[in-house]
Amino acid sequence: MTELSEVTRDDASLRRFLHGLPGVDQVGVEQRAAGLATRSIKKASKLWAIDTAISMVDLTTLEGADTPGKVRTLAAKARRPDAEYPEVPHVGAVCVYPDLVETAVTALVGSGVGVASVATAFPSGRSNRQVKIADTEMAVAAGASEIDMVIDRGAFLSGRYGQVYEEIVAVKAACGDAHLKVILETGELSTYDNVRRASWLALLAGGDFIKTSTGKVSPAATLPVTHVMLQAVRDWRDRTGQLRGVKPAGGIRNTKDAIRYLVAVHEVAGPEWLTPSLFRFGASSLLNDLLMQRRTQLEGHYSGPDYVTVD
Amino acid sequence: MSDRVTVAKTYKLYIGGAFPRSESGRVYPVADSRGGFLANAAQASRKDAREAVAAARKAFPGWSGATAYNRGQVLYRVAELLEGRRAQFVHEVTASEGVKRAEAIVDAAIDRWVWYAGWTDKLAAVLGSSNPVAGPYFSFSTPEPTGVVAVLAPQHSSLLGLVSVLAPVIAAGNTCVVVSSQDRPLPAITLSEVLATSDVPGGVVNVLTGRTAELAPWLAAHADVNALDLTGAPDSTRTELEKAAAGTVKRVLRAPRTEPDWTREPDMARMRAVLETKTVWHPMGV
Amino acid sequence: MTMGPENWHYAPAPESRDIANLKANYQMFVDGKFVDGAGEPLKTVNPATEEVLAEVSTASAADVDNAVKVARRAHDKVWGRMPGSERAKYLFRIARLVQERSRELAVLESLDNGKPIKESRDVDVPTAAAHFFYHAGWADKLGYAGFGPSPRSLGVAGQVIPWNFPLLMAAWKIAPALACGNTVVLKPAETTPLTALVLGEICQQAELPPGVVNILPGAGDVGSELVNHAGVDKVAFTGSTEVGKLIQRSLAGSGKKLTLELGGKAANIVFDDAPLDQAVEGIVNGIFFNQGHVCCAGSRLLVQESVAEELLEKLRQRVSTLRLGDPLDKNTDVGAINSKAQLDRIRELTESGDAEGADRWTSPCPVPDKGFFFAPTVFSGVQQSMRIAREEIFGPVLSVLTFRTPEEAVAKANNTPYGLSAGIWTEKGSRILWAAQRMRAGVVWSNTFNRFDPTAPFGGYQESGFGREGGRAGLEAYLDV
Repeated sequence: MTELSEVTRDDASLRRFLHGLPGVDQVGVEQRAAGLATRSIKKASKLWAIDTAISMVDLTTLEGADTPGKVRTLAAKARRPDAEYPEVPHVGAVCVYPDLVETAVTALVGSGVGVASVATAFPSGRSNRQVKIADTEMAVAAGASEIDMVIDRGAFLSGRYGQVYEEIVAVKAACGDAHLKVILETGELSTYDNVRRASWLALLAGGDFIKTSTGKVSPAATLPVTHVMLQAVRDWRDRTGQLRGVKPAGGIRNTKDAIRYLVAVHEVAGPEWLTPSLFRFGASSLLNDLLMQRRTQLEGHYSGPDYVTVD
Repeated sequence: MSDRVTVAKTYKLYIGGAFPRSESGRVYPVADSRGGFLANAAQASRKDAREAVAAARKAFPGWSGATAYNRGQVLYRVAELLEGRRAQFVHEVTASEGVKRAEAIVDAAIDRWVWYAGWTDKLAAVLGSSNPVAGPYFSFSTPEPTGVVAVLAPQHSSLLGLVSVLAPVIAAGNTCVVVSSQDRPLPAITLSEVLATSDVPGGVVNVLTGRTAELAPWLAAHADVNALDLTGAPDSTRTELEKAAAGTVKRVLRAPRTEPDWTREPDMARMRAVLETKTVWHPMGV
Repeated sequence: MTMGPENWHYAPAPESRDIANLKANYQMFVDGKFVDGAGEPLKTVNPATEEVLAEVSTASAADVDNAVKVARRAHDKVWGRMPGSERAKYLFRIARLVQERSRELAVLESLDNGKPIKESRDVDVPTAAAHFFYHAGWADKLGYAGFGPSPRSLGVAGQVIPWNFPLLMAAWKIAPALACGNTVVLKPAETTPLTALVLGEICQQAELPPGVVNILPGAGDVGSELVNHAGVDKVAFTGSTEVGKLIQRSLAGSGKKLTLELGGKAANIVFDDAPLDQAVEGIVNGIFFNQGHVCCAGSRLLVQESVAEELLEKLRQRVSTLRLGDPLDKNTDVGAINSKAQLDRIRELTESGDAEGADRWTSPCPVPDKGFFFAPTVFSGVQQSMRIAREEIFGPVLSVLTFRTPEEAVAKANNTPYGLSAGIWTEKGSRILWAAQRMRAGVVWSNTFNRFDPTAPFGGYQESGFGREGGRAGLEAYLDV
């Protein structure tokens, strides 16, 4: 087997490696994802899944209209998602634009909730490298503990894998201690083969997480795409012993969906991935549905939207 | 009456493209329709049958893998050569069957080859299908030859009947072992000479002459035979032959108690009987 | 809560057995009525618990004779004369009723057969409905099927079906027979008679004329009476090659039209450029679907040596996630072996695998104490000459062999008296078509496995039987052509 250090030596080596990965059959992976989605998770298993999912949420606001006030509201929710049930775990992180990192950091001091910042000319990534690095450095300097970068899809789709690789390596260097999530924007990659190649490219370049989407492109996260990415981190573990994370983002709105993802994590990658340090949901409205379903489980009747906070 | 002594033909078997004598060394006298001696024919043994099956099996990949266009041309070539030897066949059929209309019979036999020659490249379109399955798959079915077919040729119609049972088998891409009419074997051997000099690859058709009742059970039970045509099987043996064929789940083409009227226009039934349907699935995705 | 990432288990999510409307007693269905048979009643058992589910009355020789006569009368006086367009509407009705009662049928099937509810729910019952729906449309279009302008029915069809897909096999048999104008006497398997009898009830609800469909539970002796009955014009059998041969023998000389769908030992060929993760899924689906009780199961894995280790490792990881247990639990992937006899056979054959030197790997999944269960098993280092490479195990047991070249793969795949199905996994299109053409098998799944559809003809080469079910080709079995 080729040494992984060899495959990143130059563009040609990368291309050979990425194109040598086993193909992904669309129908097969979609069928598997649909099949696994029929798992029926009930009772204690469901409650555990809901709490785990809550702890994996990257509570996200990425709007042009974002303000410090909006971010502070989100931070409060992140710390204590359900005021009436203090045992509800805090979410994984709050995810904001770089200029709002400082607000988030201040609001979350001592909470254990991470602050994630998108960076690298999010969401399109269409800027030069200096800008992307500066974007990253600014967010890190402001206290972000996690950076969600986007890859250069243009370069990827035109086969300039080396360029994509180097850029991730450079951003990773700029991250310092912050964790790097690499957004593949799978909705623009079009094929599962590309998702698998981009996943490996990101892992080779040192990404701590591979993330499906910016949330600004449709389709965003899907179960089969997540399957392919979970296979990538599983195969990476089998090959290197290292554990890397996966983050589906966008389009995951309810508890049923979230549990389907957790089942996929459980059965495709393995139970060791069922932790916020290795799996996150990029979502905004998901959290409230998780909280409502949690109440339903505990209270024995259906809950309503007025019983969880709209933030 | 000419003073010249004619050169008589020695009738042998046709196996793997060659004309061997029976390994048993046996022959049997063949009489004309009035009981006069016509010739000695080789009396094939079970070992000859075994050799014939082996030859047919060996020829199967090539013949079944040939293009339908090619098989059609090969069959048409048989018709061409048969036309050239029309007089000889008229003579032999007359002698064997004692019929008055032998010309019409030979013409019909030639035309039958032409009819089946035209089928080779239509079968897949007529019997195959694209299957509109309820899912993201491309599914299609194609007719494929079943393999080696043992053909017990009609006992009465020594040429037209023979061609009517043989041509569909090879048109469909099978190879075969034919047991000729027991008492009227000579047209079958002369037809073999036509096949040998046409473009039909050796082994595609193997012809045994001899006692049908002696050879048939070996073919019916032979594990490397895929199908059995009972047309010329003696009435009393048919049930036993079918039972023997069940030992390896052979496709059995049954026949009416009395020989059909071979001059009637055939249909696809004989080809369908020696064709399998293969269904292939593949997902459609990017 | 004691759950954590390492022990997140799925709480039981069972379908309620009440949905099955299980009755204590079931009767034969003859001439549109449920009646007691004169045979010794049988007790059908839930293989997952070994408890008796119900007592089922069985047919005697006289009952068989009566049912055939009833079917003959229904054919000659009613069904055979009815315009195809009218027959079609009855079949459409049956299709709808199967859909409407699908949940009940699914639960009943899982109870009686032991297969996971997700399979009876998502595969067996919907596909059974689809077969009626598909064939309904043929009933008034037979002249377009390529067998001449107005092909005639054969008369009475005697049909004997196995226990692995009880309802689905009944649908495969009854739908084309009825569409072509025949009437039927069907014998469901001894261990799984219940859903076929509910199908009889559905025929009543559809107001199908009495005698068109008759269902006679019983063991092999009833099947034998049926197929050998002089009043039967056509015999269709799905089951073991051994019994198929007996039937073909016993029907010799009878002139009855016969179709056989028998055993298999399918090769699933994985080339080194295959989409490996989907190949793993296909292998798992190929051999563990329905506990491997599938005649077309991909029981021989032929993997190219260069990827054998990698593939096997992935396969073991994946098989380890299969959930064995209560068939009614919606999360169960592998249910119960249908009977003690079958379980014994699987054990005996796997022991031969040990004895002949193959390497056994068994899924670490927990196995219930009660009921007939067999954990998913993979034998590697299997050689062509071993029994587990040649004999049909009909259980969740995979034999893994390797090959080096495409020619070798094809030669090994075809090196069996069977010829029902085959699988090919490669990303190279031309190689798929090359290999598919060379497979001596009636169904070739490329980059997929175990797909079934009423429009796609299904059936075997060689000792896997003859005749096809489904598609235009499948009609031939029920027409006098």
